Amino acid sequence: MHRHLDRKFSLILPAVLVALVAASCGGSSTPAPASSEPSASAPAAASSAPSPSAPAATTLKVALIAPSAVNDLAFTQSMVEALNSLKTKFNLEIAVSDNQFVVATAANVIRNYASQGYNLVIAHGSQYGSTIQQLAPQFPNVSFAWGTAGSTFNLPNVFAYQANSNEGGYVQGAMAALLSKSKVLGVIGPIAVGDAKLYVDGFCAGAKSVEASISCIPVYTGSFSDVSLMATAAKTFVANKADALTGSAQAVVGAIGVARSSNLPWFGTQWTQVSLAPQNVVSSQIYNWAPTLEQIITEIRGGKLGGAVYTLTLGNGGLQIQFNPDFKLAADVKAKVDTLIKGISDGTIKLP
Amino acid sequence: MNQFFTLDVLTVTVASGIALATPFLLAALGETIGQRSGVINLGVDGIMLLAAFATYYIALQTGNLLLAILAGAGTGTIMGIITALVSVTLKAEQGISGIGIYLFGLGFSALLFQKLVGTPLPIATLPPVGIPLLDEIPVVGGMFFKQSMLVYLAFLLVPVVAFVLNRTTYGLKIKAVGENPAAADSLGVSVARIRWSTVILGCTFAGLAGASLLLYGGIFQVNLTQSEGFIAVALVYFGAWRPVGVMGGSLLYGLVGVVILTWKSLGIIPLSASDLAATAPAVITVLALLFIARRFRQPAALGRPYEREG
Amino acid sequence: MLSWFAVPSALFIALLLGAVMMLVLGANPVTGYVALVTGAFGGSYALSSTAIQAVPLLLVGVGICIAFRANVFNIGGEGQIAMGGLAGAATALALPDLPSPVLIPLVLLAGAGGGAIWGAIPGVFKAKYNVNEILSTIMLNLVAVQVMNYLLAGPMVDQSPDSVGGLIPETKLLPPNSLLPILVKGTQLHLGVPIAVIVAICVYVLLWRTSFGFQIRSVGLSRSASAYAGMPVKRTITAAMTLSGAMCGLAGAILVFGSISHRMVTDGSLTGFTGSAGFNGIVVALFGGLNPLWTIVSAFFFGGLIVGGSSLQVATGVPSDLVTALSGIVVVLVVSLEYLRRRARAQSIALAGPRAASPPRLAHHDPPLTVKGGGGQ
Repeated sequence: MHRHLDRKFSLILPAVLVALVAASCGGSSTPAPASSEPSASAPAAASSAPSPSAPAATTLKVALIAPSAVNDLAFTQSMVEALNSLKTKFNLEIAVSDNQFVVATAANVIRNYASQGYNLVIAHGSQYGSTIQQLAPQFPNVSFAWGTAGSTFNLPNVFAYQANSNEGGYVQGAMAALLSKSKVLGVIGPIAVGDAKLYVDGFCAGAKSVEASISCIPVYTGSFSDVSLMATAAKTFVANKADALTGSAQAVVGAIGVARSSNLPWFGTQWTQVSLAPQNVVSSQIYNWAPTLEQIITEIRGGKLGGAVYTLTLGNGGLQIQFNPDFKLAADVKAKVDTLIKGISDGTIKLP
Repeated sequence: MNQFFTLDVLTVTVASGIALATPFLLAALGETIGQRSGVINLGVDGIMLLAAFATYYIALQTGNLLLAILAGAGTGTIMGIITALVSVTLKAEQGISGIGIYLFGLGFSALLFQKLVGTPLPIATLPPVGIPLLDEIPVVGGMFFKQSMLVYLAFLLVPVVAFVLNRTTYGLKIKAVGENPAAADSLGVSVARIRWSTVILGCTFAGLAGASLLLYGGIFQVNLTQSEGFIAVALVYFGAWRPVGVMGGSLLYGLVGVVILTWKSLGIIPLSASDLAATAPAVITVLALLFIARRFRQPAALGRPYEREG
Repeated sequence: MLSWFAVPSALFIALLLGAVMMLVLGANPVTGYVALVTGAFGGSYALSSTAIQAVPLLLVGVGICIAFRANVFNIGGEGQIAMGGLAGAATALALPDLPSPVLIPLVLLAGAGGGAIWGAIPGVFKAKYNVNEILSTIMLNLVAVQVMNYLLAGPMVDQSPDSVGGLIPETKLLPPNSLLPILVKGTQLHLGVPIAVIVAICVYVLLWRTSFGFQIRSVGLSRSASAYAGMPVKRTITAAMTLSGAMCGLAGAILVFGSISHRMVTDGSLTGFTGSAGFNGIVVALFGGLNPLWTIVSAFFFGGLIVGGSSLQVATGVPSDLVTALSGIVVVLVVSLEYLRRRARAQSIALAGPRAASPPRLAHHDPPLTVKGGGGQ
């Protein structure tokens, strides 16, 4: 019986497959979405891509490549929300490729967007920098922006952006030291590089500015995404008498859970984390990329495709400390923190 | 180093080590049952991911953690039926079909999470439950008897599985099927039926492992397990297919991980050695095995589908 | 060639399931599949992307062929790729002034060497201490990621001022002499593609045209019979694992020296560098029926799936995880349907022998192997 079934199958299947292929080819004659694929002529498009400064180009095509999900409550979401907030005002056509954590694949995606006539390609992650460095000269009519980093590689069509996350870290570290009774803080990161390290170092510097002897030893778990390990790191801090916690990485949600169950204050960064622990989040350092993006887009519209580095600071409003209204912060602490924010903003307080 | 040897720190280190070991233990116990009957399941990690998502989704929707755990276990059971169908009835090459199940779980759980939930929302974690009287014992109580229900369940399952394997007819049949299926068959034991049952049981355990992992952190994310299911399979070899050995391996792996984290938090391990120190659980597990591996041998029919001859 | 029945049927069912999933998720399956196919195979740039994506898959797959033929299970490809990349990058940075014709072979060999060491460890542990290779390869993956992070964020990190200045784990810009030359202008198609294909052919010859290859396959079929025939079983197992690791290491080196970024970069995870080639290579090898020549075809196909997955995501909004899930389904179906086909054939040709009970069922379509005692236990 099986034999007959098999033979029939082996006859029918190719036929069905052929039919399917034919059907899908037929389907392709209906207009496919413009952004669906690099066209066959893509390689040649490098030089013939529509000039972004052409007066007819009323819509600006912007592509975003990001390492995590668009709704990660952190790094990627901060950029997506900023882009969307500018969409109608600047008449943007936005394409997003999220979860591009494989660097080589991301490089390919970046190249595809560049060759498809996108005016601005935003590579939102410092791991994409070396890709931009190599690709930008091949696509002189496309503007690239990348971050967080402070280098445009001296290329005329590359913008760079960075966040002085140590500033918010400093403020929140000082706040944590003021709130802490045990004078032990729990600080958790993924691996000791990049934005996470900048924030963590700022946090400990801020804490030590309030209380020089405070214990602020960062633990790097060795993984960006191991939720349980981050939770365990938070637990070991709590065991070691830590009574205020912070951390930076997408897996930090595990540690926020520990803050919630131990009822300890938590300080967030990159995006608002209030929804993760409504009672425990004291404040979050918010990245607001919109002003930076506005400047970049204005430059592009004006015909300048790169060459500038933008930095989010407390002073220029790119970084904001957002307080959780549900966390009752003592008035004297709040006052001290406000003074600190003001001082860092106007430059009277210099960070180490 | 003195800071490490304070009661509070030691207590939480051991307690966290046990909690961290629990998903490994559950998954590895399940794998042990399956492998004893001759079936390798390399899809554990994918099953854990699917079960973790099911647990998460039900907890989000209903707020009922018991229901959520059942959903996780049930997802494991369903995947067990698929695995048994593929590995036992359709006699697939088990190492490869397991990789297939893993890829399916990895991709499908990510797809469901992004489409059904999207943004990470926290759920309540499983609260620790003190065992009356025992939890008041100084030190020991805090280490062992203030854990979540799933932790107790996992460690209770160790003697249960050992008893079933060694002291019951069902257990004898499992081992017979794993060692010499032809002989078991000739004695009237249905090889297929035994293997179906062990695979489904094992995958249900993997589902529980996914649930316990999820309820430890209280949130789902893409590739939540970070290959923990594969580590669990490795721990079965470490434990030489014995429930107690598997427990030892899980505890060793979990505890070393927590000790390293604690030492980092106390500044005992300098930042420059942070990455290398994170290799300790894996290195110590392999080295430990160097000393004990030679004495044990795997079930003779492991990984080999049974086909009656003639 | 696994089977003209199992592979197309599995693909067909998986495509149908994928279409259903897309419909459920509110996407048009035709749009999705058209985007996937054109993204992967439509035009010279897409084809070159697919070919490049296929290279690590092919090399890992070929390595898997060697290991599985010896009946050892290598799931340490991820770690071996990383070690190969690190060894290659370190060599290039240490000897930046050598001319290309010397440096390129050297860095590729260094990569293969790095992977070989990472493969030899589980091989020796298995042969000498009876440590199961599944355990040791999984654990060595975990070690490799931390070693990689340690080296890339510490001793090997790029601290030069015009870089990210140690902000992310990446090496210095590699010397231009070490980079794999681009073969077709306007694409990324580099020398690594033909190298991988040639290596695959060489491994085929090794496995089926040399006595060493015969030894590997014979040990894979029956260790006891091979030992009885006087073959060095333990040494063969170690050699198979080492060679398998070398293939993965070579894949790592090609990933580095054929990269768009001209550096070794990671986001701090193994996947960030390997793109999961260490796992996907297993699938690719299976699809190639554990035959290095068919693995070439299968790697190209799966490379296309990965490249097309990004296009599918852009066109329909369905995450490319769908492609991962579908390839899992394909794998499960292929190994399942394979049994139905075998049983059908066993019934039609009245040749029911002990072959079904012979150990390495990985060996699906062997050219005839003339050793006696395949089923001997």
